Amino acid sequence: MIEVRDVYYTYPNGFTALKGVNLTIRKGECVAIMGENGAGKTTLVKHFNGLLKPTRGTVVVDGVDTRETSVAQLARKVGLVFQNPDHQFFSETVEEEVAFALRNFGFPEDEVERRVEKVLKRMGLLEYRKSSPFSLSGGEKKRLAIASIVVFEPEYLVLDEPTIGQDYIQKVEIRRVIDSYLETGRTVVIVTHDLEFVVDLRPRVVLMSRGRILADGKAEEILSDSKLMDDASLLLPQMTELAYKLGNPKIPRTILDENDMLEVVKPLLKHRGVWRS
Amino acid sequence: MTKAIEVRDLSYRYEGSERDVLLDVNLEVEKGEFVLLTGASGCGKTTLCRCFNGLIPHFYGGDLRGEVYVAGLNVKDTPIHKLALKVGFVFQNPDSQLFSLTVERDVAFGLENLGVDRDEMRLRVDWALKTVGMEKYRYAAPYELSGGQRQRVAIAAVLAMRPEIIVLDEPTAYLDPKTALKIFQLLDGLNKRMGLTVVLVEHRLDLVSRYASRLIIMNKGRIVLDGKPSTLFHDELEEYGINVPRLVRFFRKLEGIGYEFEELPLTTDEAAEIIRRIMA
Repeated sequence: MIEVRDVYYTYPNGFTALKGVNLTIRKGECVAIMGENGAGKTTLVKHFNGLLKPTRGTVVVDGVDTRETSVAQLARKVGLVFQNPDHQFFSETVEEEVAFALRNFGFPEDEVERRVEKVLKRMGLLEYRKSSPFSLSGGEKKRLAIASIVVFEPEYLVLDEPTIGQDYIQKVEIRRVIDSYLETGRTVVIVTHDLEFVVDLRPRVVLMSRGRILADGKAEEILSDSKLMDDASLLLPQMTELAYKLGNPKIPRTILDENDMLEVVKPLLKHRGVWRS
Repeated sequence: MTKAIEVRDLSYRYEGSERDVLLDVNLEVEKGEFVLLTGASGCGKTTLCRCFNGLIPHFYGGDLRGEVYVAGLNVKDTPIHKLALKVGFVFQNPDSQLFSLTVERDVAFGLENLGVDRDEMRLRVDWALKTVGMEKYRYAAPYELSGGQRQRVAIAAVLAMRPEIIVLDEPTAYLDPKTALKIFQLLDGLNKRMGLTVVLVEHRLDLVSRYASRLIIMNKGRIVLDGKPSTLFHDELEEYGINVPRLVRFFRKLEGIGYEFEELPLTTDEAAEIIRRIMA
């Protein structure tokens, strides 16, 4: 469990990015933290692995206060994939980058090789195993960053904007990685702007704005609340926006995807045939 | 009339690479078009854009075959600084474009290099900042601004050069949806009011398709589809790695149960109108 209690954080330049955040993330949960640029999302998740320590308040991970432990110790438990993966790479090859943490944590060499191969294959990076991480495209770097964390299976996987620069096929693959992670009972936290990705994932949604938590609840409740979403500078999911525009009492505004929409709209439709607009 | 962009049998290979990243690309873009260019990672869209501003071949070198004309200029024979008068380029990360201590200096930078006189420079900087809605920030430092504001300044810096064409490579990747939408609305205004030709590389088709007059899909170095977004979305674009807007996916489902739409809606207003009519 990650427990964030009344956390304030002020950067050395005087900017207060978190202003009294309270949040509990239980084991096995999938949580999406959303909100406008500068809302404090990244600052918050950097507290989960002790990279930042609260200016005021406490962050407790599985009973341990992050101020009383080291980043090195927390890293095994909380794997954080940065928004900009360039900050994370230091190895000469893709393969070594992914193997680094495993070797560091003392995994036997045959296990290291087995895991590295498996994760590179899964993330579509096997052909680049001998390439430099810096020679990869933006989307490939992102997947490498995810691979290098997922490979040691931390209890908490924290992904900061995992879908930036990813095309549809890669997004589906990232979703599969998240799903299989959750199936093993582990916890996934994502920071994202990608509304439609969140719609497919259906996590618990935490909305942030200006250093505070605005709302916290099921995806259906939060993403379909036009006032809340507006306050967090987010747009409604397309299907929800359509439900609002239709303004039909038989079409609930909590609809998030095309399958739910079809189900409620289908019995209401009459005319068939070619539609010329 | 000269085309904004004309590409003839273009193939390209980066220096030191063993395979072509562009293969027999042919393309004509008329002045005033709003072209949305998309495709899976590694499909060649960024490389193609680099051919429009001369970064290929002048900066990247490599092996370019075929011809690329931008505003009538042959890119192979025209130096980058001359092309910059005709075509402006905006990158994914505005920080790669902004480096001065004030917004005003960044917007004036290209003009100073051209030797534009002071009065003209002042006029153009004023106009460019006003056009992107950043006139209040002219003395701010770029690093104090939000990501969306920095991207606006990067666009202003390009506009100040008064180009005929603006090419943007995923300019909203790091922006939240509302801020991204505002950038697209700005581009729409520049396109419709000023007739600026827009070539935009984007993955966020749900937000931007409505503004594009033309959608071009690339796959493995080739242009595979080219047409109006509202009709092109009938194709199964997911196999090319395209993030098909959910609205389009819903209407395709309606087609699956017996409806046919010549054009698929790109806004929820259009969609609501169609649904209301088939419900009545």
